[in-house]
Amino acid sequence: MGFLDISNVTKSYGSVQVLHQVDIAVEEGEFLVLVGPSGCGKSTLLNMIAGLESITSGEIRIKDRVMNGVHPSKRNIAMVFQSYALYPNMTVGQNMTFGLEMHGVPKPERDKALADVAKLLQIDHLLDRKPGQLSGGQRQRVAMGRALVRDPDVFLFDEPLSNLDAKLRVDMRTEIKKLHQKLKTTIVYVTHDQIEALTLSTRIAVMNKGFVQQLGTPKEIYDQPANLFVATFMGSPAMNIIPTKVVLEGDAPHAELSDAEGNRVLLALNQRNLTAWAGREILLGIRPEAITDPEGADRNSGSIRPLSNVVTVTEPAGADTFVTMSLSGKDVIARMRADAAVHPGQRFEFAVNMEKAVAFDPQTEARITP
Amino acid sequence: MSAVTQDTSVSTGRVTRAFIYLVLILFALFYLLPLYVMVVNSLKPLPEITGGNMMALPREWTLEAWGSAWSTAQIGVSPTGLKPYFLNSIMMVVPAVALSTMIGAMNGYILTKWRFRGDVWVFGLMLFSCFIPFQIVLIPMARVLGMLGLAGSVPGLILVHLVYGIGFSTLYFRNYYAAFPTELVRAAQIDGAGFFRIFWRILLPVSGPIAVVTIIWQFTNIWNDFLFGASFGGVNQPMTVALNNLVQSSTGVKEYNVHFAGAILAALPTLFVYIVAGRYFVRGLMAGSVKG
Ligand SMILES: Nc1ncnc2c1ncn2[C@@H]1O[C@H](COP(=O)(O)OP(=O)(O)OP(=O)(O)O)[C@@H](O)[C@H]1O
Ligand SMILES: [Mg+2]
Repeated sequence: MGFLDISNVTKSYGSVQVLHQVDIAVEEGEFLVLVGPSGCGKSTLLNMIAGLESITSGEIRIKDRVMNGVHPSKRNIAMVFQSYALYPNMTVGQNMTFGLEMHGVPKPERDKALADVAKLLQIDHLLDRKPGQLSGGQRQRVAMGRALVRDPDVFLFDEPLSNLDAKLRVDMRTEIKKLHQKLKTTIVYVTHDQIEALTLSTRIAVMNKGFVQQLGTPKEIYDQPANLFVATFMGSPAMNIIPTKVVLEGDAPHAELSDAEGNRVLLALNQRNLTAWAGREILLGIRPEAITDPEGADRNSGSIRPLSNVVTVTEPAGADTFVTMSLSGKDVIARMRADAAVHPGQRFEFAVNMEKAVAFDPQTEARITP
Repeated sequence: MSAVTQDTSVSTGRVTRAFIYLVLILFALFYLLPLYVMVVNSLKPLPEITGGNMMALPREWTLEAWGSAWSTAQIGVSPTGLKPYFLNSIMMVVPAVALSTMIGAMNGYILTKWRFRGDVWVFGLMLFSCFIPFQIVLIPMARVLGMLGLAGSVPGLILVHLVYGIGFSTLYFRNYYAAFPTELVRAAQIDGAGFFRIFWRILLPVSGPIAVVTIIWQFTNIWNDFLFGASFGGVNQPMTVALNNLVQSSTGVKEYNVHFAGAILAALPTLFVYIVAGRYFVRGLMAGSVKG
């Protein structure tokens, strides 16, 4: 039993079901990120935890107290909204203490809490300003401050960084992470940005079309995706998915591929149980960083396989160079060191780290677990 | 707002500009002409009007006509001047405007932030009330006022104007609040503010522009109304009806200077409201459409 329990929760608007059987137990101090494409139901689930949306069926408990039907202000939660939702007519200070005032906290205590949080977030000098006089980043801090002042059991964040520019977003991300490590509060955080999900979370719930596709640590989600959706949604550039046939060489399973010129290429598969798939199609998943030049390959891996193919395009991106090749008719992206000697149009010896390769059942799109 | 008003004009040449000013000044003069005639003639003794030129300035300036219109002129059967009727109008218009604005604001708040099943229908019906001609409701309204014991009284008139005004004030506030972010209401709910507290502390403080629009609109309509006043005013008739009685009286000489003074008196309050709040009026009307 967790600190925040979401058990068998569903949500319907009329006859449309937008959340199906969601089951998540969040431990105290955890940073849970709900991630998924637009419209998958992340905000709906968050709003249900906050009490802003009703629960169609199932139960949400915080500290073992059933929250169904409990008013948002009585759940001891605080929420940071995407638009920040600062009250335009109040000063920053009034914004931050409005909740305490509504809960009947006496003025001296409110002022003390305000001073503490303002110092923590370095917004002491802004307290007398109106939200309209703040920059985007400052508004973001104030919105977080308003949540922190309440000292709630659970923090809820709905895409808090999506209105910031790229640089500020990275800074605030680090700041939120630091804040979490310092305060050890329980956080549920919604985003559609998979990088944010991977960097911030202690656990991730990947959602799609109202279903939780996978719940796990960032490493589990990244290295052992439960299905094709999770594999391609998490990671940038996306994981390469190559349709291939399993063939046996001796008794070892190999992936049968063809290079850009149509020559047959065999890649030895690490996963022994794929022998059962001999003669059948699978979807082979290889992340871009698992395909490199031979010098850049992971030295700790015991399964670096050579692969010779023609380079289609190279895209230098500062620290990395992305190299595209055609494999079995699919464009496959490799991620190399910036100084790897690759040239478009020429044949190149790629090194593939097959330890990191995963296989999916083309019918169910579920991962074929080792 | 400044960002909106900037750069909305195209640059023009000098000749064009002079032409535009000329046309504008001519129109302004044209519109000011009636006011000029009224003011000038209200300041003349009667013989100067009947025997002279309407456009001429007074040879003998006098406020006599104003005094007469305000306190001694014959209205109907008694020589009371317009004063008591002016007070009737004030006692009618202030509560009617205040109440219809408050209720409209509350309706707009509920219709946008506390949606309920069928709210679109409720709003549609309220909108519909804006299009019902006054004449249609005269007889049912008379009956209702009679049953309530409010016939021929100022409270009765307040009720009539309140009922008629709510449709418009609801429309204004609903459209204004529709653009108000619902996330703010949700944040306030989490903060622990209830229905009235959210309205009072979060929405009302930012409702200035639309409140001004509504107040001007209601004030002008209710102050200028004649039909309801004549039908339901009884002995407590408003200014408009009294002015009519003054001007239309068939006995004695027609005191045109008194009529002019009375007409200006009747128009002053709306003029005052426009001058004080007029610039917010345009701003408020623009707010919803430009800010989006
Ligand atoms: N009031 C409503 N009535 C009907 N359907 C709704 C309602 N609110 C949300 N939905 C539907 O529920 C689904 C989930 O919406 P939700 O806002 O949770 O998406 P999201 O994952 O937060 O997306 P985004 O990343 O765009 O914010 C969507 O398909 C949406 O159309
Ligand atoms: Mg959302």
